[in-house]
Amino acid sequence: MSAPEVEAREAQAPHVVPRLVATRAGRPQKTPRYAAAPSALTRWIILGVTGVIFIVPILAMIEFSLRQGQTGAYGFEHYAAIFTAGEAGTYDVLFQGIANSIGICIVTVAIVLVLLLPTMILVELKYPKLRGVLEFVCIIPITIPSIVLVVGFIPVYQVVARLFGSNAWTLAFAVGIIVLPYAFRPIAANLAAVEVVTLSEAARSLGANWGHVLWRVILPNLRPGILSACFITIAVVLGEYTIASFLSQNTFQTALVLVQHTDPYVAVIFAVFALVFAFILLLIIGRLGSLGRNRRAA
Amino acid sequence: MTTTVVAPVAPAETVRGAEVTTPRRRVAAWLGLIPFGAYVVLFLGVPAVLAVASGFFDGSGAFTFANFAAYANPAILQNFFASLWISALTAVLGAILGAVICFALLGTRPERMLRSTVDSASSVLAQFGGVMLAFAFIATIGVQGVLTKWLVSIGITPNIFTNFGGNGPLLYQIPGLVIPYLYFQIPLMVLTFMPAMEGLKSTWAEANATLGGTRLTYWCRIGMPLLAPAFFGSLILLFANAFSSYATAAALISQGGIIPLAIRQQLTSETIVGVSNVAGVLALGMVVVMIILMTAYSALQRRASRWRR
Repeated sequence: MSAPEVEAREAQAPHVVPRLVATRAGRPQKTPRYAAAPSALTRWIILGVTGVIFIVPILAMIEFSLRQGQTGAYGFEHYAAIFTAGEAGTYDVLFQGIANSIGICIVTVAIVLVLLLPTMILVELKYPKLRGVLEFVCIIPITIPSIVLVVGFIPVYQVVARLFGSNAWTLAFAVGIIVLPYAFRPIAANLAAVEVVTLSEAARSLGANWGHVLWRVILPNLRPGILSACFITIAVVLGEYTIASFLSQNTFQTALVLVQHTDPYVAVIFAVFALVFAFILLLIIGRLGSLGRNRRAA
Repeated sequence: MTTTVVAPVAPAETVRGAEVTTPRRRVAAWLGLIPFGAYVVLFLGVPAVLAVASGFFDGSGAFTFANFAAYANPAILQNFFASLWISALTAVLGAILGAVICFALLGTRPERMLRSTVDSASSVLAQFGGVMLAFAFIATIGVQGVLTKWLVSIGITPNIFTNFGGNGPLLYQIPGLVIPYLYFQIPLMVLTFMPAMEGLKSTWAEANATLGGTRLTYWCRIGMPLLAPAFFGSLILLFANAFSSYATAAALISQGGIIPLAIRQQLTSETIVGVSNVAGVLALGMVVVMIILMTAYSALQRRASRWRR
């Protein structure tokens, strides 16, 4: 709905809507808008300004990647270089790093869904007193910066390497810890907003078993929180640099830094692609979630 | 967990609570906590203890407090204060601007394109930071950046981006970190604060209106007090995020300047015997700051949870 339409509707509103707000004498009487949400005009001013500011660095990267040397001319020569050099294997380290990062992504999301999420639901339903403890544990990783944890991860990973080999995906165990605070918060906020205990009691009293309660009552209600947790997990893994660089694993970020020294243009190209790719990926996941919601509502 | 707490459908079983749960099922439920507990102990507890404990040992493995002499070093202290003010400034600005964006998003439907776009973009920027963010700002306000070149082209040749405080380009100095840091702090605020903002129930706004309140009274008397604990909780998360952020600074600044960079210098300077364990002491200093913050955070969470049920 456009702004003029809203204003037109609001101008008519006093005649239609019974006045709820006692207005002070002498003041021009405004439409009672009691909801917390801002007007459409305010919303679009705020979002427009921040949107423009946030898009500038991204556009600057694209401009930078199109530059041809110091001449001031623009072209696609750096993009073309990726394909011609690709045959010579110049950027193999980058492609291997991307593959490794995807593997780490999958394992880390699995850790969040298989270890963190069930534990949070279990605590909410059965051990509300442990809620504070669980939150404390999940917040700890941001009290210990990853550059500090790295010092402790080095001996731990000597054991991990003996058990699983020194494969890149084993980094997921460390990254899963880094992700905890960010994955925890959206799920916790969702759990707090939804009356999980009441809902499960209602479902149980209607004869549902715990499997039904979980799959058809709790998880659908937690979908926004779980989705946000997965979003942020993927973003964290793809952006993780500190642990990978100190544990000498080749991931997307460490490969970007390597390539940046020899060819900053290609590094910027891949950075833009990665940002846009992650954005589209997260957008698709978000749309899938909301499609599910609509279908259920219909 | 699904399998451990599955119960037969029977009316007697529907009452929740320890009194009616059989001991066998209570044990089964406790078992559900073990996998996560074991993971956290192995990959968080053990590395954390190893990292901090390393500060108390010298190169030969003997217990010592000698590493704490690092805090008598003016350069290290300077790093610490730089870390604190950068984190505080970007956390406060990020929290306020992020909260304003959350306000602008109130009343939009989550399944609409606008919200999915903002959610996805925030998620990407908030935690995608690191190295690529450094690239983005090199291309924007670096020496060859778009904005820098534009300022030069309109005649402002020695501008804030090419020479800040007489020390060269802004982006490669510690104060210059504020700009890229805000670029991930604001989206992180949107991500962490939006659920609390959406938790405002429309019935509260209606109650306010019924009692004759305006939108101003709604925000001053209901909205802000209710959101305050969540706001300050998110603010602390932002502070912690900036304080421990490493990759962006590491990609832009090759020496020290903030504490994470000082730790990198300590970890990579293996030429001086016995100095490597100073990293553990610096880490301990960071953890102490964080513990203070987190104590405040948990107090705020207790207040926020007052409206949970």
